[in-house]
Amino acid sequence: MNNIGKELLLAVADLHQVPSGAYSIRENAKSIDMKSTKNIEIIKKSDKSGIDIIVKDNTVNESMHMPVIITEVGIKEDVYNDFYIGDNCDILIVAGCGIHNSDDGESEHNGIHSFHVGKNSKVKYVEKHFGGGKGSKVLNPITNVEVGENSQVIMETIQLGGVTSSVRNTNASLDNNAKLYITEKILTSESQTADTNFEVELKGENSSVDVVSRSVARDESRQSFYSKVIGKNKSFGHVECDAILMDKAVIKSTPEIVAECVDASLVHEAAIGKIAGEQMIKLMTLGLDEVEAEEMIIKGFLS
Amino acid sequence: MLKLDNVCYMVEEDGKQKYILKNINLTINDGEMVVITGHNGSGKSTLMKIIMGILPVTSGKIYFDGVNITTMSITDRAKLGLAYAFQTPVRFKGLKVKDLLNTAQKTNSKINEVCNYLSRVGLCARDYIDRDIDDSLSGGELKRIEIATTLARNARLNMFDEPEAGIDLWSFDGLISAFNENKAVNNSANIIISHQEKIIKIADKVIVMDSSKISSYGTPEEILPNLKEIRACSKLQGECYE
Repeated sequence: MNNIGKELLLAVADLHQVPSGAYSIRENAKSIDMKSTKNIEIIKKSDKSGIDIIVKDNTVNESMHMPVIITEVGIKEDVYNDFYIGDNCDILIVAGCGIHNSDDGESEHNGIHSFHVGKNSKVKYVEKHFGGGKGSKVLNPITNVEVGENSQVIMETIQLGGVTSSVRNTNASLDNNAKLYITEKILTSESQTADTNFEVELKGENSSVDVVSRSVARDESRQSFYSKVIGKNKSFGHVECDAILMDKAVIKSTPEIVAECVDASLVHEAAIGKIAGEQMIKLMTLGLDEVEAEEMIIKGFLS
Repeated sequence: MLKLDNVCYMVEEDGKQKYILKNINLTINDGEMVVITGHNGSGKSTLMKIIMGILPVTSGKIYFDGVNITTMSITDRAKLGLAYAFQTPVRFKGLKVKDLLNTAQKTNSKINEVCNYLSRVGLCARDYIDRDIDDSLSGGELKRIEIATTLARNARLNMFDEPEAGIDLWSFDGLISAFNENKAVNNSANIIISHQEKIIKIADKVIVMDSSKISSYGTPEEILPNLKEIRACSKLQGECYE
């Protein structure tokens, strides 16, 4: 792997070296290294690109890293990764895609991830996107999540610049007492676009979802956020979309909450606005100039 | 240290020019503790914002350590040694108390130095240093953090707009010792807007504002008796000079 590849690996997976635990590293549309552990088995798919990840029951305090690096121009790929997570597990999965495109061509990675989470398990899934170089970088992740009884899934998706265009689709279905926490952080600039669509079905009794989206759109970038939470049982759903708008950017937020049960409690909050003037003034009274104050506010907002 | 020379601030209201500050002349010396008091709407907060550069003067000049700062930006005034605690502190989503204190101190200071400022305003540093400066903090907590942030700047001139508002009695005494300590250590000057007699009493100089002007100034001994009249009048308006 060249230096650009190593930098991307660091940006999307915080990896300086080969990770401990299970891993699968993909570079330029090829699997370059993978390792299963006693409890986490990785099997290459035979019919299409991608892997199956099978996590045994009672696997706790283990991790799986699966970064994707693209440094060659013109690569377009769809990769299918299916996670089968057993009962009573507690695991961390770090995915992410870094694309460096130094040419005028287009590079595209579409990761289609399906999670089947058993009972009483806890899964933390972190996905970072990063782009570099002047060429076009496109990322369109699809994430399907089935959260089993008494399980919880914590999803963090981070895309802080450099991605030309992304469409993120996340679909989830929750069983009894299942919980899903989604945190999304997006920064777009120049003429980039980022679309996010969430659809969550609260099927089980006492299931709950909490979606928090924080985004910043600068220059002429465009973002859209669509969320649909369907309460089919006694359940709780909360969606919060907070965005800072700058320059000539456009942000569209569309909430949809559907209650199909009288005991479903669903809340949607959305706020889009520029940086508050008094926040800028406060930081300027502490000695920061306008640019520094703006950076500090944005960095904090997306932290 | 600070000199205001015939400062005026006007706004347009119903097509007419209206004075918010009229011909303000003021000198504040090194180490001086100055309390500004007066009715709501008399121009106290506007005066502080004018000194900090948050509002522009309509006419007149402001000098700080002999430098004409009349048209200087907020940032440059801050760098020169002016600090200002807001009457209503600002909340930030995602910023932590330590972020603000570190920015105020200009360095990534040792954690115990930063904590020291929180302790001085009666907050247990360990409990607050990693808190977000958002809706999870009460008005009183936010106010004390605002004062700690201002003290952390170690500025030549500190300005506090009604620092006692929302602060309970116990920390009120702590606040007064924090002001006294600050004065003793840095020989810095402090300007405090306040309605509280306890704060007025620790001042070297008291300035009373009325209808956009300085109506009187002097020592607390000279001014406090005159404030009785204002007190009687203010009670009708719901203000407090106890």
